[in-house]
Amino acid sequence: MSAQTFTLGRAIRLFLLSFGALIFLAPYIFMISTAGKAQSDIFSSSLSLIPQHWSYIANFTKALTRVSMTTLLWNGVVVCALIFVFQVMIAIPCAYAMAKLKFRAARLMMVLVMLGLLVPIHATALPLYVAFDRMAVLNSYFALVAPFTISVFGIFLFLQFFRAIPDDLIHAARLDGMSELGIIGRVIVPNAWPAITAFAIFSVVAHWNDLYWPLIVISNQTYATPPLGLLYFRAAEAGDDYGALMAATLIITFPLVAAFLLAQKRFVEGITMTGLKG
Amino acid sequence: MAEVIAIPSSFGKATTRSAAERHESRTGWLLSMPAIVLLFMFILVPVAAVILMSFTDYELGYTGFKWVGFDNYADLVTNRTFRRSLWNTTVYTAIVAPVSIFMALGLAMLIESEGIGRSFFRTAYFLPVASLLVAMATVWQYLFHPTIGPVNALLRLADIEGPNWLGASSYVLYGLSIIGVWQSVGFNLVLFLAGLTAIPRELYAAAHVDGARSAFDRFRLVTWPMLGPTTLFVTTISVINAVKVFETVKTLTEGGPNKASEVLLFTIYQEGFVYLRVGYASAMTVVFLIILVILMFLQYRIQDRQVHYT
Repeated sequence: MSAQTFTLGRAIRLFLLSFGALIFLAPYIFMISTAGKAQSDIFSSSLSLIPQHWSYIANFTKALTRVSMTTLLWNGVVVCALIFVFQVMIAIPCAYAMAKLKFRAARLMMVLVMLGLLVPIHATALPLYVAFDRMAVLNSYFALVAPFTISVFGIFLFLQFFRAIPDDLIHAARLDGMSELGIIGRVIVPNAWPAITAFAIFSVVAHWNDLYWPLIVISNQTYATPPLGLLYFRAAEAGDDYGALMAATLIITFPLVAAFLLAQKRFVEGITMTGLKG
Repeated sequence: MAEVIAIPSSFGKATTRSAAERHESRTGWLLSMPAIVLLFMFILVPVAAVILMSFTDYELGYTGFKWVGFDNYADLVTNRTFRRSLWNTTVYTAIVAPVSIFMALGLAMLIESEGIGRSFFRTAYFLPVASLLVAMATVWQYLFHPTIGPVNALLRLADIEGPNWLGASSYVLYGLSIIGVWQSVGFNLVLFLAGLTAIPRELYAAAHVDGARSAFDRFRLVTWPMLGPTTLFVTTISVINAVKVFETVKTLTEGGPNKASEVLLFTIYQEGFVYLRVGYASAMTVVFLIILVILMFLQYRIQDRQVHYT
């Protein structure tokens, strides 16, 4: 296993890994290449990666003008940020109470949390849609955010983490005269950053990518999130204008991929830690 | 991971409830109240509502509804679209889950034993997890295009006439499965890598002393048993995620051609939110929930029996 010896086994291993990586990266390579191809290039030479007529500007202009990309990305940011802030503000006090305070509902809460972990948005979407329709709140940030303000997964994750925080720390804070909210803000949260970061990554990846719920509650472009906007763009393009389509996918995929490449270590830690839910 | 949660044992002795305890209990209630309210509002009540609605003929846009007992369920049993949809979901899951698990395990072991390029490989395989699936599905649609797509262009170089991956009813599930595997391998890989790193090196040395000379013996005697909990966990997630396939189907095929790619969530979506037959769609949702409950139950059962080495 030393890095110096170069055996046949190792050559095979490296070949397999590189070949696999090439296949996994191929969609990105073709996305970038096709985003710069003119329509004629796309039809004549599928396998050449370098565009013959550089059309990046034309394709990106199309992508940016047909559907307002800035609105889409902005909506995505707003929705993900709102969801995350609410989730954390609601889950952390609850998890703290369950982990560190004695009260009768704690056991019941545990049961509810375990039950809640089972239920994805797909199962609750119908009644929520009917209710939101009656309340006339479809097509709003409220409709996009509200059902996700409660994250049982968040409660579960924070609960596990808070249990490991020593009781003495909390007792000491109480003796100093801190209120329970003060303890959460100044003792618990600063000690729980790894869990909060992990949860942030989990939450943002999940809601940035979610198509099901936005598709149900949003029917116009004003509040469309990135996945939904891309569907509209596809519908508007109708034909095989893959150059413009690839430019649009490139713009929409870029933010999260860039965030991932910049903070890889955190992402991987976050996924390993929160791997519980898909 | 869903380990057994120990309720912290109460350290105080069972005396009368002091003022401090009452205060603590009240604070506990106050702090968890928002979560409890939202939990009821957005999870428990809606689930109860879905179950109730599944016994009605409620349709959105109509005012009244009738209780129809188990009629919706009886209808589901004979509904060809729904049966097709269950079958397609099963086939999709039967392909995507095992392939993405074993591919991830294999790659994780290769990466683990390789000294160079470790983080590069991890990044490359994980990238699809961090990418917008709807967007990447669009890229795959181009790759799979029957005439101008690079996949078939490559196959033509080898003198093979590639199929219409997403447009022919006999191939569409395979096309979608390839995308599904591509998308989920990285996630499983990262979990397996974490599991592999946790295996103590001495175990391999001990196995070597005990006569496990071949790589296969080492895998059979050390790696596989030690990875047990990780594998179970990865399996559950992979199966559940495969059952929940929706994005690629909605983006690329809309259940077609000729219902060849109807999958469970897509059928529910169509029935409930396009045709607005809420009662009927609720019955389908209940079936979906039951499937999830069974899968979780199986996981707990296996986990209970599993031997833990650590």
